[in-house]
Amino acid sequence: MSATLSPARTGRGRRYGSWLRGVAITVVTLVFALPVVWMFAAAFKTNVQVTDPSVGLWFTPTLDNFRAVVEAGQIVRSMGNSLLVGVVSTLLSAVIAVPAAWAVGRFSMHRTGSVILVARIVPAISLLVPWYYLFARMGLVGSYTVLVLSHMFVSVPLIMWIMISFFAGLPVELEEAARTDGLSAFGAFWRISLPLAAPGTATASLLAFVFSWNNFMFALVFSDDRTQTVPVTLFNFISYASTDWGGLMAAASLITVPVVLAAVLGQKYLVAGLTSGASKG
Amino acid sequence: MPAMETTGAGGVATAARSATTRTPGPTPRGAGRRQRTFEQANRRLKWAMLAPAVLFVGLMIVFPLVFTLNLSLTDAFGAVNADSAHIGLRNFGDALGDTRRFWPAARRTLVFTVGAVVLETVLGLALAMLMRKPFRGMRWVRTVLIIPLLATPVAIGILWLLILDPTNGIANHLLEAVGAPRQEFLGSVGQSLPTLMLIDVWQWTPMMTLLLLAGLTTLPEEPEEAALVDGANAWQRFRYVVLPMLGPTLATALVLRAVDALKTFDILYATKGAGGGSDFEVETLNVYAYGLTFDYQEYGLAAAVLVLFTLFIIGVVVLLRRRGGRKNA
Repeated sequence: MSATLSPARTGRGRRYGSWLRGVAITVVTLVFALPVVWMFAAAFKTNVQVTDPSVGLWFTPTLDNFRAVVEAGQIVRSMGNSLLVGVVSTLLSAVIAVPAAWAVGRFSMHRTGSVILVARIVPAISLLVPWYYLFARMGLVGSYTVLVLSHMFVSVPLIMWIMISFFAGLPVELEEAARTDGLSAFGAFWRISLPLAAPGTATASLLAFVFSWNNFMFALVFSDDRTQTVPVTLFNFISYASTDWGGLMAAASLITVPVVLAAVLGQKYLVAGLTSGASKG
Repeated sequence: MPAMETTGAGGVATAARSATTRTPGPTPRGAGRRQRTFEQANRRLKWAMLAPAVLFVGLMIVFPLVFTLNLSLTDAFGAVNADSAHIGLRNFGDALGDTRRFWPAARRTLVFTVGAVVLETVLGLALAMLMRKPFRGMRWVRTVLIIPLLATPVAIGILWLLILDPTNGIANHLLEAVGAPRQEFLGSVGQSLPTLMLIDVWQWTPMMTLLLLAGLTTLPEEPEEAALVDGANAWQRFRYVVLPMLGPTLATALVLRAVDALKTFDILYATKGAGGGSDFEVETLNVYAYGLTFDYQEYGLAAAVLVLFTLFIIGVVVLLRRRGGRKNA
C-alpha cells in the first residue's frame, strides 16, 4: 500500500521514514511495557535492592518475597475467592446475556437492548449505596452471593455489548435455512448460531472474568475477611506493609500474572472484544 | 424434522424467503398455518431469551435509582436500619452550598476527565496512525498495549507508587540523571492530581489506540488515493480525508472513555486512600460520595451527591453526543 500511496518518494527517503517509524514504535512499546517489567523485577529483589534505583534490571533474583507473601496465606485465599467469584459470575452472566444478545440482534430490539447502555453510564457507586443498604438488611454483606450478583451487574452488559455485534456479523441466512429444514427458532439459535458464536462467547467471557478479577469497589464494600478478593487484599497490603516494597510487588505480580497470560494467549480475541461495538458508532 | 417433507424440493431459497416475509409463495398447503405458529413462537421466544438479562440489569438499576432518589430526600445517617425522616431538598442545598468539599470535588472530576481524555485522544490517534500499516512484531506490540488496560488497577497504582516514590523511585533517579529537578509526585498536594492524570493516560491511551485502529481498518482507501493524486501531502490527507471519515469512531471512543474517566475510583483510592489525601487533593465526586457513604455513614447527603453526580455524567454524555453528531453531519 505504501508503494501506491507514495510513488513520488525516493527509495532512500522511504527507507529513512520506515526506520524512523520503527524507532517510534519501539519507544512507545517500551513506555507501556517497562513499568510492568519494573514491577515484576522488583518482586524478585531484596528490600535493599528495591529502594536503590541504581540496581536496575541486573541483579541476582530471590524468591523470598513470594515465599513470604504466600506463607502469610491471605493472598492465596484471596486468589481462590477471586477465581470462584469470577468463574461463577461469568458463567451465570454468559447464560443470560448470550441469548439476550441474540434476541436483540435477531429481532432488532435495540430499544430494549439500550437498557444495557444505561448500565454502562450510571456510576456504579450510585447503585452501591442502595445495594449495600438492602443487602445489609438481609444480612448478606460479606457473602459470595452478593459478590457474584454485583460482579454480574458488570459482566451481563459487557457480554451483551460484545455479543450483539458478534451475532449481527453472522449471516441470517444460515438460521433461516435451518428453520426451513424444520428447526424451531430456538433450535436455530441452539444448534446453528450458538456454536458459530463460540469464539465471541469465549472472548466476552474472558474479558468479563478479567474485569471481575480486577473489580475493587464492589469487593471493598461487599467482601469480609473470609470472602476477600485480590484487589482488596492488595489494597490492605499498601497500608500495613508500606515499607515492604518487595512483598508488595510480589503480591501485585501474583495477581497480574494471570492477566498477562490472558493477554499473551488471547491477544487477537481480546482486542476484538475490547473494540467491538465501538467502530459501528 | 417433519417440515422437511412438506417443503420438499421447492428450493431452500424460496422457503427461506417465505419464512421471513409472509408472501404467499408456491408453497404447499399448511405452510400458512406453520407461518403463524412460527411468529407466535418467535414472539414468545424473543421475550424468553431477553427477559432474564433485562430483568436482572433493570432490577439492579431501577430499584437502586428509586431508592437513591428517595434516600436523597432523607436525613439517613449512621446504622443502615436506623430511622430517618424526609427533609425535602435540604441535602441538595447542603451539597450545592458546600464550597469546601463538593465544588472542589466537582472541579477535580472535570479537570481530571478533560485533561486525561484529551491527552489520551491525541496520543491514541497519533499511535493509531503510527501503527496503521502492518509491521513486523505488530502482534507483540498489541499484546503489550492491552496489558495496561487489563491489569488490575490497584496493582497499577502500587506499581506507580514504587516508580514515583519521592526518595527511592526510579523516576526521580532518571530525572536527576538528565539534570532535571526531583519531583514529589504523589507525595505533594499540588502534583497528585496531574500525576494521577498521567497514570490514567498511561493506562488508557492503548484503549483509544485500539479503538481508533479498529476504526481505521474499516475506512475505504479510495478517498485517500484521490487526495494523493490531487497533490495533498501527508498532513493534509490526515487532516481533511482520514480525520473526517474517522469522526464517528472518534466520537464513540470519546464518549466511552469520558464516561469511564468521570467514574475513576480504583487508582485514586488505592494511591491516595480515603478522602483523596490529607488535603482532599484527588477527591473527585466519586471518591467523595464513597467516603460520605462508607466512611461517614452520611447516607442522605451521599445520595444527594450521587444524584447530582449522575446528572453531571448524563449531561456530559448528551453534550458529547450532540457535538459529535453535529460534527459528523
